[in-house]
Amino acid sequence: MIKLESITKTYPMGKRELTVLRGVDLHIKEGELVAIMGPSGSGKSTMLNLMGCLDKPTSGTYYLEDREVSRLNGGELAQVRGRQIGFIFQTFNLLPRLSALANVELGMRYVGGSDRKKAREALVKVGLEERINHRPTELSGGEQQRVAIARALVKNPPLLLADEPTGNLDSTSGGEIISMLTSLHTEQNITLVMITHDADIAHHCQRIIHLKDGQIVTEENA
Amino acid sequence: MRKWLDPITTAWNGIVTHKLRSFLTILGIVIGVGAVITLMSVGRGAEEQILSNIQNLGSNLITVRPGAFTFGGVRGGMSQTLTIEDSQAISEQVSNISAVAPSYTSSLQLVYGGSNTNSQVTGTTPEYIAVNNLEMAGGTFFSYDDYQRGNKVVVLGSNIADTLFSDTDPIGQQIRMGTIIVRVIGVLESKGFMFGSSDDIVFIPLTAMQQTVAQPRTPQGGRIVSAVSLTVSDETQTQNVIDSITSLLRTRHHLAITADDDFNIMSTEEIASTLSEAMGTMTLLLGAIAAISLLVGGIGVMNIMLVSVLERTREIGIRKALGARERDIWGQFLIEAAFLSFAGGIIGVIAGWGISYAIAKMGIMTTLVTPDIVILAVSVSVGIGLFFGFYPAWNASRLNPIEALRSE
Repeated sequence: MIKLESITKTYPMGKRELTVLRGVDLHIKEGELVAIMGPSGSGKSTMLNLMGCLDKPTSGTYYLEDREVSRLNGGELAQVRGRQIGFIFQTFNLLPRLSALANVELGMRYVGGSDRKKAREALVKVGLEERINHRPTELSGGEQQRVAIARALVKNPPLLLADEPTGNLDSTSGGEIISMLTSLHTEQNITLVMITHDADIAHHCQRIIHLKDGQIVTEENA
Repeated sequence: MRKWLDPITTAWNGIVTHKLRSFLTILGIVIGVGAVITLMSVGRGAEEQILSNIQNLGSNLITVRPGAFTFGGVRGGMSQTLTIEDSQAISEQVSNISAVAPSYTSSLQLVYGGSNTNSQVTGTTPEYIAVNNLEMAGGTFFSYDDYQRGNKVVVLGSNIADTLFSDTDPIGQQIRMGTIIVRVIGVLESKGFMFGSSDDIVFIPLTAMQQTVAQPRTPQGGRIVSAVSLTVSDETQTQNVIDSITSLLRTRHHLAITADDDFNIMSTEEIASTLSEAMGTMTLLLGAIAAISLLVGGIGVMNIMLVSVLERTREIGIRKALGARERDIWGQFLIEAAFLSFAGGIIGVIAGWGISYAIAKMGIMTTLVTPDIVILAVSVSVGIGLFFGFYPAWNASRLNPIEALRSE
């Protein structure tokens, strides 16, 4: 599914360069559930962004479903994001002016066009059929994250990337989100890569990758 | 199936979520387009008014004047070459003309009771009224008999009548004109304020005028006139008539082949085309002034779009994460800008139309809204929206998705 080969990423910081990833090799098989852990500044988010085709590596190659995406241009990367990758963010990233339904529809907007019926089904699947026309501000944090999950899943992507999906939630709704994600993973055989600080959550995953200073330090199977 | 509709609904949502801001942006365009429509309709109206005034003079009127042709400038040298005898020769030798009226104009003092005015006095023949398409408001024009006998009777232009006789009926009254006493026998209908108006002229038989003003003569003894006006009986022959008069007068004035004409001939058609050209330029000028406000409106669109892009950076990041390509983002903002300015254009047309209708209704000026103005104004406004929307849209499309997502 995912194959990273000696990936490095540096950012220009004024005159100097900041190296965030220093040669990462990683292989994730289809249908795996992987947690990424590490202290802040270790390069977790940068790695996830690269996997999500939001950014390009400075060097190294990245194969997504056997396609070398590290060579693609901006428009092609956008297509890859749209078709193959679902994102779940810590801050939900819903559009505040749109209803839950319209937010989910947005997930299909750039890949084949909006479809109200599918969007409604996705919201039913995450248990929000009662809240379809509510705006994000009228929903609790847990409900907002469920809308975001529906938005990520509505186009049936093979890969789901979650950046601290429970970071802004209390433990109860955080737990609900995690069990929803893990059951989606088992039911639909989605590959799920998740950044987390929470060791309990990480232990729901099949594999835990520890990052430090831009390198993978340990991998353990849970 | 709804794919083509998505960008439009997105743009629409962007507009309605910021109602006041969108309204103000549209207002900028409305004012610009409205100003263009209003000012150009005023220009067009004036153009139309002038042309219809010229048509009032009689569409088959030809005027011969002494001196070289100049228009809107100084008439060259006041050469005194045109005579009554020329006028008679034209009337006898040129075909396709129905009436010829020589006229001699001078400035004289008019006095009636306590009021007096200085006025243009035109001595002419009875044909003048028919040739120049004038109408009587009261009384009669002087007759052939009056002309033969040199009767001291006058016909007043409407303004002169108003100035001298505020309340009294002028007809039958005696006024002093220069050194002689004349009797008013008629008042002319007003011709409007425009070019060639007879409203400020007093008409008197040329024979009577000679008793108070010494009509100058040429060295050959011809009696000089200021103009000869005539009507063409068949309008299709206008150019032939002009050509025949030209050759006749050149022969009579013994002009060498290389010499310029010492007279000029103008038909109403020529005056009309010259004036309408001048008015067209004026309309364009008015339009150009109004276009400046349209430009300012366009800059307003750009300003708002830049703010909007800045404010929606995070939204752009989200859209990009969901698979939006640069051209999707670019299109979204461009459609929004075009929509704002198109709406402004449409409302501006309605507003401008309304204002020019009101101006005409209140009798301030004649206005005329023509389809070409409307099409021009709307397409220019949309063009301005696209032009000024381009840069902000391009800016938006090039945002880095990660940085955009991080922004608050």
